[in-house]
Amino acid sequence: MADDNTKSREQHWVKTRNLTIVIMALWVVFAILIPFAAHSLNAISFMGFPLGYYMCVQGSLIAFVIMIWVQNWRQDAIDDEFGVGGGN
Amino acid sequence: MESTFTKNLGKIYTMYTGGFLLFFLLMALFEKMGASAQLIGIGFVLFTISIYAIIGWLSRTAEVDAYYVAGREVPALYNGMATAADWMSGASFVALAGGVYFGGYPYLGFIVGWTGGYVLVNSLMAPYLRKFGCYTVPDFVGTRFGGNTARFLAVIVLVTASFTYVTAQINATGTIAAQTLGVPFEVGVYLGLLGIFICSMLGGMRGVTWTQVAQYIVLIIAYLLPIIWMSNKLGYGIIPHFSYGEGVQRIAELEAMYGLQPAAEAIKGVSVLTTPQNAPGGEWKMVTLAICMMTGTASLPHILMRYFTTPSVRAARRSVGWSLLFIFLLYFSAPALATLTKLNLLDPNLATAVIGKAFADVSNLEWVKHWSSVGMLAVVDQNGDGIVQLNEFFMRPDIVVLATPEIAGLPYVISGLVAAGGLAAAMSTADGLLLAIANALSHDLYYTIIDPKADTRKRLIVARVLLIFIGLAGAFIASLKLTGILGAVAWAFDFAASGLFFPLVLGVWWKRANAPGAIAGMVGGYLAGTVYLYLVYNNLMDPWFQIDHLRFAIIGMPVSLIAMIAVSLMTAAPSKEIQDMVDEVRIPSGKTILGSH
Repeated sequence: MADDNTKSREQHWVKTRNLTIVIMALWVVFAILIPFAAHSLNAISFMGFPLGYYMCVQGSLIAFVIMIWVQNWRQDAIDDEFGVGGGN
Repeated sequence: MESTFTKNLGKIYTMYTGGFLLFFLLMALFEKMGASAQLIGIGFVLFTISIYAIIGWLSRTAEVDAYYVAGREVPALYNGMATAADWMSGASFVALAGGVYFGGYPYLGFIVGWTGGYVLVNSLMAPYLRKFGCYTVPDFVGTRFGGNTARFLAVIVLVTASFTYVTAQINATGTIAAQTLGVPFEVGVYLGLLGIFICSMLGGMRGVTWTQVAQYIVLIIAYLLPIIWMSNKLGYGIIPHFSYGEGVQRIAELEAMYGLQPAAEAIKGVSVLTTPQNAPGGEWKMVTLAICMMTGTASLPHILMRYFTTPSVRAARRSVGWSLLFIFLLYFSAPALATLTKLNLLDPNLATAVIGKAFADVSNLEWVKHWSSVGMLAVVDQNGDGIVQLNEFFMRPDIVVLATPEIAGLPYVISGLVAAGGLAAAMSTADGLLLAIANALSHDLYYTIIDPKADTRKRLIVARVLLIFIGLAGAFIASLKLTGILGAVAWAFDFAASGLFFPLVLGVWWKRANAPGAIAGMVGGYLAGTVYLYLVYNNLMDPWFQIDHLRFAIIGMPVSLIAMIAVSLMTAAPSKEIQDMVDEVRIPSGKTILGSH
């Protein structure tokens, strides 16, 4: 296999990995840290809800959905940049 | 022929949804004309099951690719719906809202855990496993690490996790069938199993895929319609989800007014409300539960194998996005349902309230009589003041969803719809689980390890025979009515996370991981978790740091991780071919690793 190809694959993986790390960090925030801090967040009111409660029943869930769609959008762009997107 | 089918999917399922809504209206009309509640219930159950049976029959196949991975031609959107049905079990549909009602903040770990896990599925697993092109999860383990030992261990973890899960689903199917059709529970269990077989046996993964899409449509309509109806009755607008915050505050006032006290005299099988709706405490327990459920989600084979059925890696990723969106619709509704039901029962300003009312009036309510007669509800004037106090109203948490339409005074046709939805949820999950077990045993154990020369016909016969035996075994265990079956759902996640999470993740993300490491990771995590579960569940030891039997993966997973890394580093690095294979898995385009698949 040509060196260029290997190099581009390495870059592709570095970008993929960095994107994944960002998403995992956000996941820790919304799945672990925010639910853990629900008690103090409840002091804040959001759309009539205590914020801590709201995050556990809706806010974090919405964040998960958005995270997945944004990650896939970015990942598709990375794949296309290196010409390894494949078909749909 | 297949491609015209795939092209017409939108039309087919729109017509199906329209037909189902028409049937609903027809039943509503029958109710107006005086049809009995029982008749309407039977109508809903028989109508939906016959549709699943027709789909199962039309999807029958004699091809290995269609049987194991639905021919890898399921579009992302439909795979998302099928995964959502596969995922949302009888427990999600029937028990989740009740759990929120009674469990308060610590229980929300399930809500966060059973949705957040999909971020892990999407980031760490699904696209890479799809690129691999395997038929089953042990197929990945066996090929990535090499050798039949690793493959065999993966089969053991898969069977343990999925089998504990499937008995709970068959149990739920039996309960709903028995209640609606008015037959004994044991008969209901085998009737439910029959329905499950019709969907899965003839068409394998293909049959299960297209029935699961149909089941998702039924279950989501059945879940959302009562909530929307109730919301309009209570004046929270068309959709209550963003406006019930006031209700949460109101419940806090009511809790303070009535006082949350344990019952003077406990009654077996039913409970009174003692946990506040929104008062965080026990953060550690909440978060550890969420972690176990999330890592378990990302390791449960019946979920991961759904992403083997898409046409490409990109479609696999996109379908994870759809899956979570469809799951989210139910999960963010469950707390709304719990809140509105609680308001209905507690708020003295509402006509439906029972707390604080005269004991004689409440015991005469139709729904109170109905659910008390089957032992799932009890109203007992324990302090003898003639008034129903909060700690004198006993309810089984599982019935919150099923009884809500009656509590809120909705017509019976809604109760029939909810029963059909619960049945769809339990059946679709049971289908996926049974298929995951039977496929692992037939493909990995029989075909790969025992008889690699078996021809297609023989392989598919073995797969179907195994499916029947496992189903019967599950139904037999469910019919024994072992107590604590509800714990089984959480256990399935803990087993999968303890034994499979790190071997799967590191298989993709760490090239240096090798077969001895994977074997150590699976054996170490699985044994540590199981032994801990055994000791804690049987009270042979005190739980460490409040890690009880529902969250034993918190013990299993670190053992698995450390064992896998340590043993991998102590033994030789994997061969060049394997390392190249890992590189190839990380590239979405090109052929799958297991080329012939």
